[in-house]
Amino acid sequence: MTVSNAPGTLAPGTYFMMGNFACVEAALIAGCRFYAGYPITPSSEIFERACTRFPQLGGYAVEMEDELGSMAALVGASYAGSKVMTATSGPGFSLMMENIGLAFILETPSVIVNVQRGGPSTGIPTLVGQGDMMQSRWGSHGDLETIAYCPSSVQEFFGLTIQAFNTAERFRTPVFVMADQVVGMMSERLRVPPLEEVEIVERQVADPDRSAALHALPFDYSKDFLPMQITGTGCRVNIESLTHDLKGYPSTDYSISKKMLDHLLGKIRNHTSEIWKWEETFLDDAEVAVVAYGSTARSALSAVKKARSMGIKAGLLRLITVWPFPYEVIENVSRKVNALVVPEVNYGQVVHPVRESAKCPVSSVNCAPGTLVDPRSIVDALELAT
Amino acid sequence: MATTGVPVGGPAIKVQRHAKDEILRIERLPHIWCPGCGIGIVLEAYTRALAKSGIPQDKHAVVSGIGCTGRFSGYLDLDSYHTTHGRPIAFATGIAVVKPDLEVTVIAGDGDLSTIGGNHLIHAARRNVDLNVIMVNNFNYGMTGGQHGATTPTGARTRTSPYGNVEAPFNVPYLVAAAGASFVARWTALHVTQVYKAIRRMMEVEGFTFLEVISPCPPTFGQLNGYPDALDEMKYFREKSVVDHNADLREIAISMHPDDSLVVGNFVDRRRPSYQELLSELKVKAAGGAGK
Repeated sequence: MTVSNAPGTLAPGTYFMMGNFACVEAALIAGCRFYAGYPITPSSEIFERACTRFPQLGGYAVEMEDELGSMAALVGASYAGSKVMTATSGPGFSLMMENIGLAFILETPSVIVNVQRGGPSTGIPTLVGQGDMMQSRWGSHGDLETIAYCPSSVQEFFGLTIQAFNTAERFRTPVFVMADQVVGMMSERLRVPPLEEVEIVERQVADPDRSAALHALPFDYSKDFLPMQITGTGCRVNIESLTHDLKGYPSTDYSISKKMLDHLLGKIRNHTSEIWKWEETFLDDAEVAVVAYGSTARSALSAVKKARSMGIKAGLLRLITVWPFPYEVIENVSRKVNALVVPEVNYGQVVHPVRESAKCPVSSVNCAPGTLVDPRSIVDALELAT
Repeated sequence: MATTGVPVGGPAIKVQRHAKDEILRIERLPHIWCPGCGIGIVLEAYTRALAKSGIPQDKHAVVSGIGCTGRFSGYLDLDSYHTTHGRPIAFATGIAVVKPDLEVTVIAGDGDLSTIGGNHLIHAARRNVDLNVIMVNNFNYGMTGGQHGATTPTGARTRTSPYGNVEAPFNVPYLVAAAGASFVARWTALHVTQVYKAIRRMMEVEGFTFLEVISPCPPTFGQLNGYPDALDEMKYFREKSVVDHNADLREIAISMHPDDSLVVGNFVDRRRPSYQELLSELKVKAAGGAGK
């Protein structure tokens, strides 16, 4: 089916589509109607398509002056009641860190897509990298708990974009889709299911309440998931980037600092099993396993098949959720195999929490950004590990 | 009668209920601003303008950045947002685009809006986003102890310009007018009525409106630059302010030199389509199948 620019969400059917375009169509199906961005390779197709598509569905795609502004506008627009997104790559992701922290402390549903390229700094804009994985965990200052999904195909980029909106709305927090240049720019078959098969999570919205002394407490930490006070609906709540008490008023009190952070981190930590997604291939009888994510998982699958043809009992654990880190999944697999191999297009990032959780030896296969991991280097590592 | 809500030793102090109690979060008072600071004067003018605007209180939103003026939003019983340093205009743009029916006001200091947030300021003016932006200018970073910023006059002493500021300051009304703002004004903390009237006008004008309010900052900028008492600077405003609505904006840079005048006025009041109006037209165009 060819892609038309007709208003409305993409019709169910089978398409041959670029990953970056599939991401935009998924966002629209998820109900996103506000996009703020700044052009950056290799994510620009997302922004360009958003500028064509969002207004057709009554939404907005605004070009901000930089990524600091894009992320700040997302938080404002989300408070105004819209589902919101942006897309970027390494250098822009760095600039967004400030207001990703803001989105986190203000409990703002927002989706940030990072089509990773080569780094550090300007790096290689046009080629693949996976060097922002740790930044998506620890990039913004202070204690954050982040959520990140890593698609390995166009179909999954589509599905995880919808998932990211659902998770963001449910948990009231920023969610990352950590794609990469390969997944973003390649074209593959995409099946768009009938809309009734797609689960869409809508935001819990607060009603104005004048019953309390001044207002109802906006931050009731007895619950993990709180309704959101939407601008202009009469809630009149102070939304505060400083450490704040249950009324949203700033405080330097230790017990308030602890209560707020326990809530912000706890709402994610208490529900990790809801967020963790992974895929196991050939793991039943595996003696050695590859742990991979994103486009690298494609190299890994090829390597595992090759190793199997050579008589090595290899398996693949593909991480779909990387943050919060699925340590229990790693631990379980590591008890069944003799060794884990972690290939990444970086000098070793996700291998660290793998090593922290694994009960068996862990080795890493790395390549500099600019190319996919060569399956042969993974096969070599599997041979060494057996 | 109502109490201030402030715990004090001995019997609670009873005060007459103030007309602004409906708009302020009185339980948060007293505010943090120093004696002699002009921010409270702007707060009073804003609440008065809001009450007279004819726009329901629930349809006003206020967004602040970080710093002394950044605390402004927290004292208002509105949808109020205390955001990140320099980003309140970008944050407010998100609100104002999604909810064009709201009256969104950004209030922050000179450091927040014209230094770290300078890029957002000029681009929002260029887009003519329907926002009211009030910049309280005290020529330095007050909350961090008095360092120089983009509005500090050349030669002025601050904690980071102990030998005198070598940099040239922004003339912010000129900058914002050049960028395309629909309304541009400058008054001082002495011009209470003019500040109120300017804010009222800003709430009427569709498009990007900007007001600079010059304020004393006695403990830092004032102390180091010959205005150690708030009244010293207020006296300077009274003696040296020149009202000129038609001033050549190129000529209105501020030196704060006791002999130099300070030009104030409502400099720009013009009509061009706001960003929200244009986005709304764009949606109609897009729904009709135009676009690539």
